[in-house]
Amino acid sequence: MWNLLQIELFKIFKKPRTYLAFAIIAAFIFLIQLGLLVNGKDWMKFMLGSLDETMNIDYSKLVNGYAVCFFVLNLLLVHVPILVALVAGDVVSGEASMGTLRLLAAKPVSRTQIILAKYLATAVYVFALLLWIAVISLVVSLAVFGENDLVVAKTNGLQLIEANDVLWRYFFAFGFAFIAMMVVAAISLLLSVLSENSIGPIVATVGIIIVCTLISEMEIPIYQKYIKPYLFTTYMLGWKGFFYIGSTEDGETIKGSIQYLPGILKSIAALLVYIVALVSASVFIFRKKDILS
Amino acid sequence: MSSIIKVNNLSKQFNDIHAVNDLSFTVEEGDVYGFLGQNGAGKSTSIRMLLTLIKPTAGSITIFGKDLSSHRHDILKQVGAVIEKPDLYKYLSAYDNLAIFAKLSGIKADKKLLMEQLKMVGLDERAGSKVKTFSQGMKQRLGIAVALVHNPQLIILDEPTNGLDPQGIADMRNLILHLSRELGKTIVVSSHLLSEIELVANRMIIIHKGKKIVEGKVAELLDPSKSLVQIETTNDAEARQKLLQTKWAGLLHDNNEHLQLKMNKEDVPQLIAEMVLLQVPVLSVHPMHSLEDYFLSLTTQAGHVESFAN
Amino acid sequence: MKRSLVLLFLIQFSLFTQAQDINVLVQKVKDKINLVNDYEANGRMKTNVVFLKVPVATIKLYFKKPNRLRIKNENGISFIPKGAVNMNMSNVLSSGKYSVLDAGNDKIGNTAVKVVKLLPEDDNADVVLSTLYIDPTNQVILKTKTTTRDNGTYELEMSYGKYIAYGLPDKIIFSFNTKDYKMPKGVTFDFEDGSQKKTAAEKEKLKNQKGKMEIFINGYTINKGISDSVFN
Repeated sequence: MWNLLQIELFKIFKKPRTYLAFAIIAAFIFLIQLGLLVNGKDWMKFMLGSLDETMNIDYSKLVNGYAVCFFVLNLLLVHVPILVALVAGDVVSGEASMGTLRLLAAKPVSRTQIILAKYLATAVYVFALLLWIAVISLVVSLAVFGENDLVVAKTNGLQLIEANDVLWRYFFAFGFAFIAMMVVAAISLLLSVLSENSIGPIVATVGIIIVCTLISEMEIPIYQKYIKPYLFTTYMLGWKGFFYIGSTEDGETIKGSIQYLPGILKSIAALLVYIVALVSASVFIFRKKDILS
Repeated sequence: MSSIIKVNNLSKQFNDIHAVNDLSFTVEEGDVYGFLGQNGAGKSTSIRMLLTLIKPTAGSITIFGKDLSSHRHDILKQVGAVIEKPDLYKYLSAYDNLAIFAKLSGIKADKKLLMEQLKMVGLDERAGSKVKTFSQGMKQRLGIAVALVHNPQLIILDEPTNGLDPQGIADMRNLILHLSRELGKTIVVSSHLLSEIELVANRMIIIHKGKKIVEGKVAELLDPSKSLVQIETTNDAEARQKLLQTKWAGLLHDNNEHLQLKMNKEDVPQLIAEMVLLQVPVLSVHPMHSLEDYFLSLTTQAGHVESFAN
Repeated sequence: MKRSLVLLFLIQFSLFTQAQDINVLVQKVKDKINLVNDYEANGRMKTNVVFLKVPVATIKLYFKKPNRLRIKNENGISFIPKGAVNMNMSNVLSSGKYSVLDAGNDKIGNTAVKVVKLLPEDDNADVVLSTLYIDPTNQVILKTKTTTRDNGTYELEMSYGKYIAYGLPDKIIFSFNTKDYKMPKGVTFDFEDGSQKKTAAEKEKLKNQKGKMEIFINGYTINKGISDSVFN
């Protein structure tokens, strides 16, 4: 199994496509950072428009490394699934279309192991991708913009998390994002097992995410009640829950707290169920599959 | 001599299509076993079943005396294969490709061994080049290296000369003979060209529409002095049983649909006389074409005359 | 007739003396406040605004005559209500001219207080009306209600301790009007974690437009001079 995993990793990280994702992310984050460096204060003022009339706010402190990272993640994490699909959608079907799958499957390794090794290799890729995002969006932002309290805007109000209460939230948020991305990877894997070309699963994964997100966001009662609770996209944004701080009755934040931990745990559980189901289905189908490519 | 491959009543059905239908054959140790059939005859499906790429609908496969489905891992360690086109990881170097498949075959391959292997197929100087820069012939050679890197006992080559130029075809032929004669490997080689099989194989099978037409020693099957004689009786099965008790048993063809014997034409009157004595009512005696003619006729029907032109 | 004249006189006299008393009291309070040219104070600020969830902040207050006041969070971020500048009494008492009206007596807690209304004479002044609740014994203001043109109505409640001699409070409660919190949906970062199912009562609470800030002061450094740059 370890051998197989090493081989799969080797294949993934020798593929130019893999590095495309890293380059896209770096370019995207640098663009946001540059924009905020130049216009961050104005942008914050615009964001907090109505509040500016009643409150004095130190906007230069508001645009800090933590806030920049939070902003980046909000924009970026919605799109990372595409980059995950780019690699995960290719792991089986790419080999089928290249013709190497038949060589691989005629070797003395079990098909279950092949799928699990491919999924684990994808997990390493996703981990590397998120680590890359963390380094650029968090470490670089902190270096450039400095450290200060994080203000999170929600539709029903603002909340302030003290600077020394932020970092652990990012750790958990990235951890959560990892689980969410592994669901995407599992969808891609399943589609990849079912397909013989590599574009299909990538496009299909993105399509599924778009449709599910739309249904999740549409506030149509029948969807909200009967479909939404079962869609994985409903749980994908759970990482934000770590930035919803708990508070007392009169609105004083409680350091180190999370407003609603059960909601996050439920999301994690739902996503793990998705992963287990999708990977099991992939293994089951691949074991039965006649390799004709 | 023991059987390396024993296939019994193997069938594979894709939806309504019987790609392989009740196929049985045996490959003995040291054979270069030709697998002959036109395109779509079921060669590839059969070979893929030998390599566990396709699951049989019915029948059994025994390799090295073990059941393939229950001893897959042990058996495949001793099998090397080139399946159709030699497709490899294009974005990896020749060396990396070889290293990956060596590892997958469960052997610890050091650099020296891998380089020797590449040298054997004349690619040692291109070890670091990406496969996408290779010509078809080079890919084929690398495919052979991949198939042989773990020193397997059984080598399966599916249409190994496809897409090769005449020099490449000759090289392939020499390689097969080298592996067989000098290294004592058992080899299964498939082709749609009788001429190819004839030059390398000692035994062969011809399949058509998923069914076995004939299996036997190449020298005997292609012996121009012998031809196939088909005898129509009132009860072929009973006649077959009776003939099995006689000296003609060895000439009987393994074909359940018709009663066929491979024999010299001069011996036909004697056979008829004996059948009469055995009280087998003979309705007709029909001399068939030679095997070569027969195979040619199959492929001609399918419009593959041009394949035989060279 | 005579009696009624005497009565009238008496009433007028008492009114006069009362007005005199009030002016004297206000002047005394003002004199006390004028002792302080500038100060720097350390404290903690607790914010209670319905749409804000913030921790208790460690802050610094800077004051310089005549009416400059600045609340600063040296490390982190704080939202400071714009009306907070009126927290210093000299802003109320020293700026411009006003009429002093006696509005009788009242009680804050157990302390009897004099109620005084200040009406600025300048029609364009930001402050329209101030009501002061003055402790006549200690000559300090315990509470004010101020109506402004631009920043709505706000209230101050102050309690005193060590610095009562300078008229500087230990604790200030600042109540103010807040505008509706509105955030365009596209720019917020909402995620439904199942905790946000709001009851009608809670939604109503969001519309409550009173905010409150409590400032606890640990200590003042008085009249040691402060650089003007602090107020920029």
